[in-house]
Amino acid sequence: METESDKTINSSEQPPVTDTEKWASIVGGSAMVLFGLQKRSLRGILTAIAGGGLAYHGATADKSITDKVSDAVGLNKALKVEKTVTINRPVEELYNYWHDFENLPTFMKHVKSVTVSEGGKRSHWVANAPLGQEVEWDAEVIKDEPNRLIAWASLEGADVDNSGFVRFTPAPGDRGTEVKVVMEYEIAGGRLTAALAKLFGEEPEQQVGDELRRFKQLMEAGEIATTEGQPRCHG
Amino acid sequence: MKAVCWHGANDVRVDNVPDPTILNPRDAILKVTATTICGSDLHIYDGYIPSMQPGDIIGHEFMGEIVETGREVRKLKKGDRVVVSSIIGCGQCHYCAHQQWSLCDNSNPGGALQEPIFGYSTGGIFGYSHLFGGYAGAQAEYVRIPFADHGCVKIPDGMTDEQALPISDAFPTGYMGADMCDIKPGDVVAVWGCGPVGLFAIRSAYLLGAEKVIGIDRFPERLAMAKVQCGAEVINYEEIDAGEALKEMTGGRGPDACIDAVGLEAHGTGLMGLYDEVKQSVRLETDRPHILRQMIVACRKGGVISVMGVYSGFIDKLPMGAAFNKGLTFKMGQMHGQRYMPKLIDHVLKGDIDPAFAFSHHMPLTEAKQAYEMFKHKTDKCIKVLLRP
Repeated sequence: METESDKTINSSEQPPVTDTEKWASIVGGSAMVLFGLQKRSLRGILTAIAGGGLAYHGATADKSITDKVSDAVGLNKALKVEKTVTINRPVEELYNYWHDFENLPTFMKHVKSVTVSEGGKRSHWVANAPLGQEVEWDAEVIKDEPNRLIAWASLEGADVDNSGFVRFTPAPGDRGTEVKVVMEYEIAGGRLTAALAKLFGEEPEQQVGDELRRFKQLMEAGEIATTEGQPRCHG
Repeated sequence: MKAVCWHGANDVRVDNVPDPTILNPRDAILKVTATTICGSDLHIYDGYIPSMQPGDIIGHEFMGEIVETGREVRKLKKGDRVVVSSIIGCGQCHYCAHQQWSLCDNSNPGGALQEPIFGYSTGGIFGYSHLFGGYAGAQAEYVRIPFADHGCVKIPDGMTDEQALPISDAFPTGYMGADMCDIKPGDVVAVWGCGPVGLFAIRSAYLLGAEKVIGIDRFPERLAMAKVQCGAEVINYEEIDAGEALKEMTGGRGPDACIDAVGLEAHGTGLMGLYDEVKQSVRLETDRPHILRQMIVACRKGGVISVMGVYSGFIDKLPMGAAFNKGLTFKMGQMHGQRYMPKLIDHVLKGDIDPAFAFSHHMPLTEAKQAYEMFKHKTDKCIKVLLRP
């Protein structure tokens, strides 16, 4: 996906301030983020916000002929998801729990483990894929504003190329915290398309929604509601 | 253990199933000492509640003895005798914190199923379909209670099973129906349906200060109970037009509040009644709104419509023009059990009411099928059945 912001980052110059400000205000504001991202790559925007100093796969590499053809016929689609939930807990508590990425598999069902290194900046993710397979990737924190925002992107060579951010905003009327997640996955085709379909279901919105619902249950009620393992008649 | 399982419309069986176990830290396991069939179980029995699966254990009105507690259970211990709210609430979300327990954000693992229809998910209910969490029900020897510290209320010494059991569901449902009427001195309240919930709504309306309560039904034994046990004036809607009768009985004003204790399987009369039967049978509407229509027209100007009868989906031909121009207030919802149960126990202890009056029959759990048939068809003057596992 070739976009204006990709081009901006490809160049050695700093991205124009106005563009950065525009996207920063969208990420930080309450508008529907994805609505504003229709034609642009989230990764490119996040990188631009972070100052464009980091080199990411896809943001820097020249696209191959195959990629360009795929782009042209719409095969190489990015999958974008935006979901928000209000959690009746303080911002600090939610930010701190999420910031320790090793906690995330407790409510992200498909994620098997997250291992953090380099003081929390880098992480290694292992997720379950169909037929007992696993997919793995390394991710890096692009931006980290305590009690406000964590943005990340996978590094080159990831089985699942993904990027996103989670934003924490105090909710009005003593209702706790609004937690917004925006994510983007690149679907490259072939083996990984199948894996992604399984990983994120037919409806990735639903998957992210379910994860946020479980996060809320865990943070508010201390446990995730379940009926798995209860009795029923199979006869 | 033995449990009542739903296998399809009009098909419930007492099956052998595995005993429940603690699945989450705040769970408890209850040995059921008494359970019953709620009127809303009949909607499941008749096949009108979507997302039931064959093999699901049903039942949501129950009491018993705690036999096991999870490691995060604080207020309960083995041996406690408790009555349990049919609605499950986590106790920590915004809604539970504001005493709107049936709207709990966290107790429904199937909440995502509700969102396309309801917009947002509501709380879980024992044995009440996968839309409401898919929790195993309580017409069984044992049942798992999630968030047990909040759902279980200890029964004071001296209170019998028959007195305590309705506090699980029917009594708080009726009480909430009356509570939502915002009753002021001199108010007249009309209650459609004189089944257990309707009878408790009548008694509750008096407890909350109503001047006069009028009960509407068609079964003589239910009307007799409404009159003799609960002190209501009564209307048999098969004998006289309920709307005209209500006007005459209220000095031409109409009732100040109208409570629906019937719900989606209301029996209509005349053309509109036939219309609903036909549309529901071919699934062009899910619910029969006959009572709602009648209440909206009968209610006084500026009055309150309080809906406790269960609705599950879509309804047709609601007289919105009447509701709007008369400035009516609509209040409704699944009952917030945890909010009302301690208050209701106090009323029983003070002798204001003896909820045992609702039970007309006692039967063993193994005869659940016969009990469902008897309750559904109101044979043998059945009002409510207490089932002993």
